[in-house]
Amino acid sequence: MQKSKWGSFIIIAAVTLVVYAVVRTLETMGLIDQYWQRVLDQALIMTIGALGLSIIYGFTGQFSLGHAAFYGLGAYSAGLFSKVYNSDHNLLLFMVSLLVGAAVAGLVALVIGLPILRLRSDYLGIATLGFGIIVKVGMDNFNKLIPALGGATGMSGTPQLANFDWLFIVALLVIILVRNFVYSTYGRACTAVREDEIAADVLGINTTNTKVIAFVLGCALAGLAGGMYAHRYPFLHPSSFDFLKSFDFLLVVVLGGLGSITGTVVTAVAWVFLLEVLRFVLGQTFIDFRGVIYALILIIAIIVRPQGIFSGREIGFLVPKPFSTLVGRKDGVNAGTGS
Amino acid sequence: MVSMPVLVLEDIDKSFGGLKAVSGFNMTIEKGEVVGLIGPNGAGKTTVFNMISGIYRPSSGKITFLGDEITGMAPYLVCQKGIARTFQNIRLFRENTVLDNVMTIFHPRAGYNLLDAVLRTPRFKRHESAITGQAMELLSALGLEDRAYDKAMNLPYGAQRRLEIARALAGRPRLLLLDEPAAGMNPAEVVKMVELIKYVKEKFDLTVLLIEHQMGMVMKLCERLVVLDFGQIIASGLPAEIRSDPLVLEAYLGKGAAV
Repeated sequence: MQKSKWGSFIIIAAVTLVVYAVVRTLETMGLIDQYWQRVLDQALIMTIGALGLSIIYGFTGQFSLGHAAFYGLGAYSAGLFSKVYNSDHNLLLFMVSLLVGAAVAGLVALVIGLPILRLRSDYLGIATLGFGIIVKVGMDNFNKLIPALGGATGMSGTPQLANFDWLFIVALLVIILVRNFVYSTYGRACTAVREDEIAADVLGINTTNTKVIAFVLGCALAGLAGGMYAHRYPFLHPSSFDFLKSFDFLLVVVLGGLGSITGTVVTAVAWVFLLEVLRFVLGQTFIDFRGVIYALILIIAIIVRPQGIFSGREIGFLVPKPFSTLVGRKDGVNAGTGS
Repeated sequence: MVSMPVLVLEDIDKSFGGLKAVSGFNMTIEKGEVVGLIGPNGAGKTTVFNMISGIYRPSSGKITFLGDEITGMAPYLVCQKGIARTFQNIRLFRENTVLDNVMTIFHPRAGYNLLDAVLRTPRFKRHESAITGQAMELLSALGLEDRAYDKAMNLPYGAQRRLEIARALAGRPRLLLLDEPAAGMNPAEVVKMVELIKYVKEKFDLTVLLIEHQMGMVMKLCERLVVLDFGQIIASGLPAEIRSDPLVLEAYLGKGAAV
């Protein structure tokens, strides 16, 4: 038991290091230029944010159309914090402002989550959509209260402290955090709420609490992703955090397969790269056809594979070993009643 | 010390708009009893269950469980007090494994917090492994241990019914409410289910209230019956008495049947 545990840990560590080393090597060899490095970093940011929505929608079944609002709240608050308190203590500043971004998004999620999470699926979607629009209008106009936020003209001046190394480490930590959350009593409560809220309630699960925990955690991850974004790309603009961005997160989670961490991670990375590849394939003239193509991809995917690419499956290391030593995994037939 | 009744329902009324689903309902269940709640379709049996488990709040009346009033309490709190139930139309966590279905119910007394879970502390490991063990024991008691890692939705029908009972037992109930546990089963399966309920009742020291349509099962299992028709109790007593009660026959078979 102990041995195999360390075995899987070593495999994870090895795979991680190999991925990191390959990217780094390609970079020094000049095969990944500045442009593609930015795309790669965006993919990692997308991964962090999408994992947040995966907890909310994929695992807890709470349909949110306002995920980009929390991403934006995180980006603006973390960005503003770094901009205002800019100093020589770069590392500390970076850490604290990431926490500020996640905390602001999480707190706002707590405040709006308590009333709206009582709503059933479709209504919750409309409520979060409305919230997303409120935040977008807020971002367009908040420079009237705090000039540093820049309003509709966008905000710049956040120190660019995030790089591939940081993003890679944070994305990895987030994947582990989400895995640990999902495979715990909290994750089980979440999936119980997703599967049958009434049964969960009647069998002793505080469903409101469970939904609020999932929503706050998921939105805090969106805020963390936003904070990363603010420190990686020098210009924040409200249009980066509008409804279409929420739709992007939703697409990634649905295409990857609801209730699959692997699906969300793979699809998030693939999605960001697909958008960039399309930019080249289509050329400047037809760039707007991207919208048509990814809508088509969604429609085809829903028809051909409605359960998503990974349909709730995980690659090995994302599933912790079961604790029970009483029985192993067996595929035997039903043994009949116990007596 | 005189033992207090497990469950007392006093003057319970429930109306939905103009429809009186249940009216003037009184019932007392003593510790260790197996009581059957029977009656024709639409008589209000499940409504009574829903009021006990907190899904509906009674329009008037009082529900007491082991001396504590639970009228209108949130369902999850009612369950944590010691009332668990199954559903007429099976309500499993379908996409989750059989083991997870049972382990989920340990949530209120998991013994570790969110930080323990995320950081995988020794406390998390200790409690999680204890929960896994207890859940496996429950599955073994109900003959489901071989299917622990299958999705609940992939179990055959009878096994799904048993899993619902295992899941209810995971809440460590004192009172178990079973809503048509033998619905859709053939006679051989019904016999097995009767055995199972008797076994579970003894092993876990339970008091049982069940709704059932299959008279064979009710007669074999219940010590006492309460008959409901149009939301009102029309008879109650020993199974043998109920079987020949003219009002009951009329309710089930129509006027003139008792002649």
